[in-house]
Parts: sequence; structure tokens; C-alpha cells
Amino acid sequence: MTSLGIALLIVLGLVVVILLWVVGVYNGLVRLRNQVKNAWAQIDVQLKRRHDLIPNLVETVKGYAGHERGTLEAVVAARTRAVSAQGLEQQVKAEGELSQALGRLLMLVESYPDLKANQNFLALQEELSSTENRIGFARQHYNDSVMTYNTRIQTFPPNVIAGMFGFHELPFFEVDSAAERRAPQVKF
Amino acid sequence: MWEAIESNRRRSRVLIVLMGVVLVTLGALIGATVGAAVGTATPEHEYTYPPRRAPVPRGVSPPQQGVFAALAADPGARAGAGWGALAAGAVCLLLWGLAVGRGESVLLSAANARRIEKSDAPQLWNVVEEMTIAAGLPRMPAVYIIDDAALNAFAVGYRPERAAVAVTSGLLKRLDRDELQGVVAHEIGHIRNADARFMTLAAVMMGTIALLAELFLRGLRHVGRGRRSSSRGGGQAAAILLLITIVFAILAPLAAQLLYFSCSRRREYLADASAARFTRYPAALASALEKIERQAQPAEMYKALAPLLIVNPLSGGLTGLWSTHPPTRERIRILRSMGDAGFAAYERAYRQTTGRRACIGARTLAAADTAPLREPPPRPVAEDAAQRARQVGELLDRVGNFVVIGCACGVRLKLPPGDRQTQVTCPRCGRTHAVPAAEALAIPAAAAAAVAPRQKAPPPMRYRRRGGGWESFKCGCGNPLQVGPAFSAPALRCSKCGARIEVVPPGAA
Repeated sequence: MTSLGIALLIVLGLVVVILLWVVGVYNGLVRLRNQVKNAWAQIDVQLKRRHDLIPNLVETVKGYAGHERGTLEAVVAARTRAVSAQGLEQQVKAEGELSQALGRLLMLVESYPDLKANQNFLALQEELSSTENRIGFARQHYNDSVMTYNTRIQTFPPNVIAGMFGFHELPFFEVDSAAERRAPQVKF
Repeated sequence: MWEAIESNRRRSRVLIVLMGVVLVTLGALIGATVGAAVGTATPEHEYTYPPRRAPVPRGVSPPQQGVFAALAADPGARAGAGWGALAAGAVCLLLWGLAVGRGESVLLSAANARRIEKSDAPQLWNVVEEMTIAAGLPRMPAVYIIDDAALNAFAVGYRPERAAVAVTSGLLKRLDRDELQGVVAHEIGHIRNADARFMTLAAVMMGTIALLAELFLRGLRHVGRGRRSSSRGGGQAAAILLLITIVFAILAPLAAQLLYFSCSRRREYLADASAARFTRYPAALASALEKIERQAQPAEMYKALAPLLIVNPLSGGLTGLWSTHPPTRERIRILRSMGDAGFAAYERAYRQTTGRRACIGARTLAAADTAPLREPPPRPVAEDAAQRARQVGELLDRVGNFVVIGCACGVRLKLPPGDRQTQVTCPRCGRTHAVPAAEALAIPAAAAAAVAPRQKAPPPMRYRRRGGGWESFKCGCGNPLQVGPAFSAPALRCSKCGARIEVVPPGAA
């Protein structure tokens, strides 16, 4: 075999190796991006779970503290807004308001010993605090996934491939209010 | 973020390869020994002792050429080595297949764990689900409860899809929600890091090595004598080979165990780091570990499960290299001294506490992620009386020139006035604090004199004992003091004013 043939073979081999590497990196990026999408879907699932819990909670509280109209109605109204919210920004705002309304409701409950002793309510409270935790953890996982993904597409050499195939940086799920930042919080 | 797993995976592969080398070598050595013994035994199956010395045939592997040359020339040994290595691999594969196929259910039923649904223990179920979300696992693991008052937990699962988390009922009873969350997060961390997979394989290999070595050594006792010294050329070489094989058969299981344990300990640290990251609240896991550590020793049945449990139930005696788990106290101190909940913080705390390097892969640390700690949940405020008593105590400490340092983990370190240390280590979390100069903290002399006017010129005091029993008397400052029958020192100090009081035994002049 001539030396030209050997050189050609080497070049061919290099091209194959580079191609394989590109495929590997591309697939890795797709996997990471899907992970981020998945994490985002998980937040939605948990928010929906919270929406589903609220009517039950309001009914139970009504039986003991029916005259606390304002607080109860605020919760129901916040839920309605959250369910019908369109777009990310609006949704984040509505969910934040719902969290605050729920917080006020649970604070109110402190002054009703009978309600606090109610089995049904205790179970609901555990569900609710668990849901708050889940939302928090889902957000945390989303942010972790976004960070991994963003770091990957910013570092060299994957950034070359990210640029070629249009992988863009994704936004973090930022929380505005200081009260929200404290979540996930466990209540007893 | 999950390169920690990658680096761990690499390390685990090295471990598996090393174990495989040990396994195959052992198999080959045993095979060669058996092959050499069978191949070179005299046809008449002679068992005379002392053996007849046969002349070494000229040109055929004189001993000077070395054992291996002699063995390489021996077809029996050569074939034996090949078959031995193959057999060792086959046994290992068979056991591994069994462990992979039925491992989870065997382990769970060995621990008497029963599967629960959400209605059985809603809080545990919720916590597991929360941690599943935090870890981003594709599916929630099955939840099991073990009816046992002891505090422990473990996770199994060859694949994340078949994973299960088991906790004891004692754990459910004694831990609060945050602590339970920490423990579950640790177990989910094991699942997320695919620990069960490697540890199953490693355990199977370790078991196979132990099994082969044991079989060989036992077989040797039964068959050994006559064949050991054969009359043909390979005789001396075979004897040396036998010796090597015996030594190897004794050492191999120990080496395998050491490898296994070091890997297991490392994975515990990593699961702790993962738990901190998932919950953003390492203090909860630390406090759960404290509770678990304080428990009484649990039952025997845990012996087989020891590497899986959250803390080693057999901690007595098993320490250092021979332990499946790192010392719980060390883990607690690492968790308590974490600055934030990220892997980098765990690594820093790990280095500071243990003095060793690197627990988590370098690439993870290079990513330099920080994860802010979660605020501890608001605890119910302590009763007023206790609060007031504490305030009074603090005031007295200051009057007595004690130096009080509040550690970030919640411990208050009190240093007596005579202490000349320049820095002090928190016994709980291991943080070090610089000790401020006592003078700077001291209350001005005038104020001190106003509070404790009796401090100037305490008169020398003596107390003559009446007999050998319990006796009470008063110090010059009015503070009642007591000496017991066992008191034998020549003097004591008043606990209030610090004056020295000589105590004279009853018989003395």
C-alpha cells in the first residue's frame, strides 16, 4: 500500500471518530434537554395536584370556621385564577398568590382546636404540606437540570455542537417573594 | 451535576475489574494445582509416606528453571488453569444471575419487610414521593415497612425501575418529618447513584471468591496428603504451586473484602452528599443519624444486610478498613459543618473533618454548584421558664468570666476562665472557632465586684471530717458543700466563690 493510501485511511479514521463524537455529544444534549422538559412537566403535575386538593380543604374548614368568609373566598379565587392562568409569567404570579392565600388559611386554622383535631383535616394538611414540598422539590430539580444543561452547552467543546444544532440556554425558575424562597418547607 | 455518579461508576468499574482479576487468578491457581496434582500423580495412586524419590529425568524441567516453566510444561496444570479460571467465572455469573433475578425479593423477605400502600403510612409515602421528585427518578420506588423497634432503613434495586425503600417501624415512630425525609433522601441517593447494581455485583464476586477459597482449603484437608508429593518431574514445582495457591486462597477473600468495603464506605458518603442536595437540609439527616446511633444494638438478622443499611448495625468491633460504613459520628460532623447543600460544600466539609482528600469526582466540583441551605422549620418556642433560666445562666457565666461561643450548628461552647486555648473545635459539627481574649469579654472590674463582692481575699479554710459518710458543711461564702464517703483529696474548691477549702481526714491531727 502506498503512503498516500495510509494517509487517506488515517484521515478517514479521524473523520469517523469525530462523527461518532459529535453524535455522542448531540445525543447527550438531547437527553439533558428532555430531562429539563420532564422536570418542567413535573412542576405542572404538582401544581395541578394542589389545585385538586383545595376544594376539599375549603369544604373541611368551612364546617368549623364558616364565618371566616374572606380568607376562604380568597383561597377559592386564587385557585380559580391559577387554574385559568395563561403564559408562564402569569402562572407563576397566580401560583404565588395561591401559596400566600393558603398560608393565611393555615394560620387561621391555628385558632380552631376542634379543626386541628379533625382527622380529615390532619390528613389534608399532610397532603397539602407534602404538595408544597413537591412543588418546591420539583422546582429545585428543574433548576438543577437547567443548570446542568446550561453548563454543558456553554463549555467547550460541546458548545460548538450546541451552536450548530440550535441548543439554547434555558431560563431558571426564579421565585420572587422572600416567603416563596423559603419553600420547600415542612409543616407539622 | 451528576458526574459524581460518573466518577463513581469509573471507580466501581476499577473495583469490579480488580475483583475479577483476583477471582480468575484464584480459579486458575486452584485449577492448576488440581490439574498438576491429578496429572502428575503416579498411576498406581500411591499413598506411601515418606514418598519415594524418583530421579528427575534429564532435560525435563529441572527445578532451577522455575516453577512456572515447569508448570507450563505440565499439560495437566495448563489445562487445569484454564478450566479453573473458566469455572470461577461461570460460578460467579450463575450467582450474579440469581442475585439480579431474585435479589430484591430475597433481601426484602429476609428482613421481613412488608409492602405498603399510601393509606398505610401516608407521611412516609409522601416523603418517598417528594424525594423521588427531588432526585428526578423516573419512577417512585416501592415502599416497605419492617416491623422492628430498631431504627434503620435500606434501599434495594438492581435497576431504578425495580427499586424499593424499606424503613423500620421504629424509625417511623422516632423521627420527625424532616429527619425521615433526610433518611429517605439518603436511600433515594443510593438508588439514584445506582449503588445497588455495583454493590450486588461486587458482593457476588466477593462471595464467589470466598466460596472458591473455602472449597479449596477444605478439599485440601480431605484429599491432600498422598498426592501432594508426586514422584514425577513436576513434583517440586507442584509443591511450590500448592503453597502459592494456599497463600492466595487465604489472602484473596481478605483482599476482596477490603476492596468491597472501601467502595461501600465511599458510596455512603456520596449518598449523604446526595441527600443533602435533595433536601437542601443536611442538618435533618445529621440529627436522624444521631438518633439512629443512640439506639440499642438491633437483631441478628441484619448481619447479611449490613452493607445496605443506613448505618452499620454491627458497629461494635467493625471499624476502619473492615467496616461497610464510615463512622456515623464522622458523617454527622461532615453534614453539620456543610456551608451550603451543594456537592462542593460536602467535599469541603469532608476534607475538613476527615483530613482525607476527594470524596466526590473532580468534574462535579469543577462545575462549582452552590445550593442554598433551607431554613430550619420554625420550632415551637420553648417555655418561658426555661428561657428565663437560660438567660440567668448566661448572665452567671459572664460574671464568672466564662467565654461563650455560639456555634452555627446550635451548640453553645462554654470555656472556663482559666482556659488558655486559642481555638476550640465544636464537638458536634467539628467547626473550629477562634477564642477571643478573655479580657475583652470580661465584665468591667467594678461591675464584677458589685455582683460578687466576696471575691477579694478569701480566707483560708479548713474542714475537719467527722467520719467516713456523707457530710455537708458551708463555705465561708455561705455555699453549702458536700463530701461523700469516697472523697479522698486533700482539698476542694467552693463551687460558688472558688475558695480553696482543705479537707482533713477524721483520724489526722
